[in-house]
Amino acid sequence: MTAGSNASVLVSERDGFRVLTYAGRLDAVGAGRVWKSTMWAARQRLPLIFDLARVTLCDTAGATMLVFAEEAQGAPARIEGATPEIEAVVMRVRETPRRPVHEAVSRAQTVRQEAMTAYRDVSDVIVYIGEALVALGKLPMRRRMWRGADFWRTADQAGVRAVPLVLLLGVLIGLILAFQSLVPLRRFGADLYAADLVGISLARELGPLLAAVILSGRTGSAFAAEIGTMKVNEELDALATMGLDSMTMLVLPRLVAATLVMPALTIIMELAGLVGMTMVLKGFGFAPVTVWNQIAYWVVAKDVIGGLVKSMVFGAAIALIGCRAGLTTGVGPRAVGISATRAVVGGIVASIVIDGLFALAFYRLNV
Amino acid sequence: MSALPQPAVRGVGLSQIFEGRTIYKNVSFEVARGQVYAILGGSGSGKSTLMKQAIGLLRPAAGRIEVLGRDMYGDRGAGEDDDVLREIGVMFQSGALFGSMSLLQNVMLPLEMYTDLPLAGREAVARTKLGLVGLADAADMNPAEVSGGMTKRAAIARALALDPPLLFLDEPSAGLDPITSAGLDRLILELRDTLGATFVVVTHELASILAIADRCLMLDSVAQGMIAEGDPRELRDSSTQPTVRAFFRREAMA
Ligand SMILES: Nc1ncnc2c1ncn2[C@@H]1O[C@H](COP(=O)(O)OP(=O)(O)O)[C@@H](O)[C@H]1O
Ligand SMILES: [Mg+2]
Repeated sequence: MTAGSNASVLVSERDGFRVLTYAGRLDAVGAGRVWKSTMWAARQRLPLIFDLARVTLCDTAGATMLVFAEEAQGAPARIEGATPEIEAVVMRVRETPRRPVHEAVSRAQTVRQEAMTAYRDVSDVIVYIGEALVALGKLPMRRRMWRGADFWRTADQAGVRAVPLVLLLGVLIGLILAFQSLVPLRRFGADLYAADLVGISLARELGPLLAAVILSGRTGSAFAAEIGTMKVNEELDALATMGLDSMTMLVLPRLVAATLVMPALTIIMELAGLVGMTMVLKGFGFAPVTVWNQIAYWVVAKDVIGGLVKSMVFGAAIALIGCRAGLTTGVGPRAVGISATRAVVGGIVASIVIDGLFALAFYRLNV
Repeated sequence: MSALPQPAVRGVGLSQIFEGRTIYKNVSFEVARGQVYAILGGSGSGKSTLMKQAIGLLRPAAGRIEVLGRDMYGDRGAGEDDDVLREIGVMFQSGALFGSMSLLQNVMLPLEMYTDLPLAGREAVARTKLGLVGLADAADMNPAEVSGGMTKRAAIARALALDPPLLFLDEPSAGLDPITSAGLDRLILELRDTLGATFVVVTHELASILAIADRCLMLDSVAQGMIAEGDPRELRDSSTQPTVRAFFRREAMA
């Protein structure tokens, strides 16, 4: 493997044999130089002779090349002029079990596997939700397993610490929405109705949804990473062998905390949005009192309450998805990262799908 | 390279101090080319530390170390020199396989860095190395999916990827079953005999020390240094140092 590593091959024909005459060092670097010519010669269907008289060194990489060539040709090659050491290396490699290069997997096999995985995933989700409900039902009997500390820590992390971000986002969204709707409404002299537009969209849709996005990004991913790391460290197995239920100990506190903080976050988001909107309307010459009266008249309690109920369902879904991503973490260093990503994406998608279902239900129920 | 028969590794007066705690001092040894050299000692005596100094990862507090005729911590910093690094293969105690790659890809990585082998060539060579350590069937698994002993063997296969003339193995047979462990000994001797490779092996296995080591040194944490150096069979038969005698006797009677 020195810098002077040098290898060459001369291909010729003699008595119906393809003769490959090598010179120099057949190590990994040398083999790299002559690999292609060797394989080309091996594909010519003639039986092979390796003339190794001028080879100064042949290690297992060089020997692998020779063995690979004779396998490609189809019959063991004749080796000429090799020192006993080189011959020993080639024999060693010939005897070494080695799987073929590039094992092909059939298309049908892949498809069948994918279908099986998808099926198993769906049924796993259903089982998982069932288990969470059962754990919730059995909680009174398993009060020792309830981790109050976990609950408060999660509520603090997911709720209190999210407030600054929620405030900032709420004000910004209020500002932007008010401004964007004011301009067209103004043409019809309906500027003040911007207040209703913003108020209703915040209460019914944007408040809960934006809070859900924040919860997914900040908390759902954290659930997945925390529980995923425990899985990787075999801590979950340790729990199981102590007879402790990871659903009750790990999932329930997070589920309850996320469900309860969501309405609070949603309300804060909505109020911040209204403040942002009021700032814009004030800039356009409306007194804050006028704006608030307008909102109070048009935005009714059922809009707000409906939004808060939705937000709790979003919170539960995000917590369940985040914890599940953690519990199903695979092996290896990338596994936890993959779980965190699944938690965020899954949480956001689930929130929007659930939101659609709510829209349908509210419409049917005439709410 | 000079015509003089240079030792593969030479350590002179090596010391190591971690946070004011002396691990060992004044360790000197020489590993001749083509030898299998064993580093012995209780856990915590500094075997892995000594190996890290030899491969250029840890500058000694005092002393110098030459590998293949180059001062690893000299002005030219051989410890960062590709030409030297390419000629040594290292198996770390923990295996240190890259977890995001399959075993096969782990072994292919050095080949990709240092040779012009085409993909099929790299794969074939890597599969041979895995076959040599008995992992032909596990090539496509990830490190996290294989047992501790398999991790060790894969790490050895990776150290062997470029057939380096000098190999450092940190406890290669710890955690391996006796049959695999004996196979590993055979592999080391074969590589030494066929390729003239030099091995520096940290090990506890007495059977393996006596079977493969040409020379050894023993570190001791109480003595904070080297308590023996020489042919392991001679040490077994005639050492008067109590710890050395205990090590060879206890195991020999078991
Ligand atoms: N990076 C480090 N920082 C501080 N102490 C260390 C470090 N690495 C090793 N040590 C200490 O040096 C001693 C020798 O360690 P090591 O060489 O790993 O022993 P072993 O002989 O078991 O391989 C141990 O006591 C260990 O705690
Ligand atoms: Mg060690």
